[in-house]
Amino acid sequence: MTATAPLRDVSADPALFQTLLELIRRTSTQLPDDVVRAVTSARKDEAAGSNAEVALNVIGCNIGLARESSLPLCQDTGTILFYVHTPVAYDQIEFEEVATEAVRRATKLGYLRQNSVDSVTGKNTGDNTGPGSPVFHFHQWREPHVEVKLMLKGGGCENMNAQYSLPHPDFGGRDLKGVENAILDCILQAQGQGCGPGILGVCIGGDRGSGYGYAKEQLLRTMEDTNSEPALADLEQRIVEKANQSGIGPMGFGGKTTLLACKIGTQNRLPASFFVSVAYMCWAYRRRGVVVGAEGEAREWLY
Amino acid sequence: MIKLETPLTEQSVRDLHVGDTVTITGRLYTGRDSVHHRIHEGTKPPVDLKGQIIYHCGPVMVKEGDQWVCKAAGPTTSSREEPYQFEVMRDYGIRGVIGKGGMGEKTLNACREYGAVYLHAIGGAAQVCAASIKRVDGVDWMDLGSPEAIWHLWVEDFMAIVTMDAHGQSLHKNVFEESRTRLAALKA
Repeated sequence: MTATAPLRDVSADPALFQTLLELIRRTSTQLPDDVVRAVTSARKDEAAGSNAEVALNVIGCNIGLARESSLPLCQDTGTILFYVHTPVAYDQIEFEEVATEAVRRATKLGYLRQNSVDSVTGKNTGDNTGPGSPVFHFHQWREPHVEVKLMLKGGGCENMNAQYSLPHPDFGGRDLKGVENAILDCILQAQGQGCGPGILGVCIGGDRGSGYGYAKEQLLRTMEDTNSEPALADLEQRIVEKANQSGIGPMGFGGKTTLLACKIGTQNRLPASFFVSVAYMCWAYRRRGVVVGAEGEAREWLY
Repeated sequence: MIKLETPLTEQSVRDLHVGDTVTITGRLYTGRDSVHHRIHEGTKPPVDLKGQIIYHCGPVMVKEGDQWVCKAAGPTTSSREEPYQFEVMRDYGIRGVIGKGGMGEKTLNACREYGAVYLHAIGGAAQVCAASIKRVDGVDWMDLGSPEAIWHLWVEDFMAIVTMDAHGQSLHKNVFEESRTRLAALKA
């Protein structure tokens, strides 16, 4: 999961390098259509002339400006999270090296902010590489092609993530009611600080590490999909409805749109543990993907 | 829409109230976590902050030739400066802070006592904010790294909403209390 960040001549693989650079550019500058639809539709729900409406109008304007000018939607280009599926026997080490080079170039070009800081010395590496940066999640699959999904998750929303251990005196027991109350608490605590209207990825179960990881992976789902598990589909819908009755509103200004979507997945847990991990994503929900062809070229853009 | 020009006078700040929309023209200095920490630890700021606005922002800056160009510059979460903001307002006479997410009781008290306001920009709207930034006139404390440095920005009609005023009012406090009551009633 940690980039080794070697300096490397990428000319051996220029097509893959270009594909990944373009993936980074698109992710940083073009909000996916499903997210744009959700933000646009929320605008009509807010009272005319309210600060909530102003916020959503500015957000709408910002989405257009970033796309037209090919500049970052948000200056916090966030944690750089690659989710990569590769065929059996594919060279993941080489992929990591090429992707790391693409990140360096994207930083130089201003698609990414210099966002990798040594946690002890405070020194910024200046090129977005270093221990744990960028982040790679590799999975093998039996398909013949490589699929890359990229998420940029800003620090403002990342700081609003929360993890709960049930049972809890304020939220309840180890059931979906307890889960629901825990998630609602996360929304209350976040207020507007995570740049709402937000999108939640939630994991019920797992351990403290895997729970947060899987919660984030829920954010790879599209806004409009429905959970295949009916009880979770109901819970997702209920969370959004209740959040939007909280009055927190866009940016925490007050209003009707607090949450755009909630996506919940589960992992098995130990008998002793019951974690609810919530990944809060801001409205600048930057995720894109690409199917990579045999020569490293972009065969199909995802989202 | 209320037009403000920096440096701000105490009176212009005390005339503002929660909910007002303002547009700012003039100098903005960026300053976020490391800047506040360093000033709070006793280092004097490299610029005169009297009457000025500090913008909680870590911009994307690219050097084109010998000129810095701002590529994206929305607000960052302000609550992280809560331990420091009171003293920075008191000791250096800043009249305003632009950020997002609001700040706490201590900063609200400083706003009332010393005559300052908290101005909320739209989080994530880095291009809308950057469109108001007409020039980058300088930078200090680059040793902190580009996102943490003090950038001297010149802005025209930079829009923000007053969410904490010099009269002890905070939109954030009100929305938190109201949402806490509402969510308690919706508990499963």
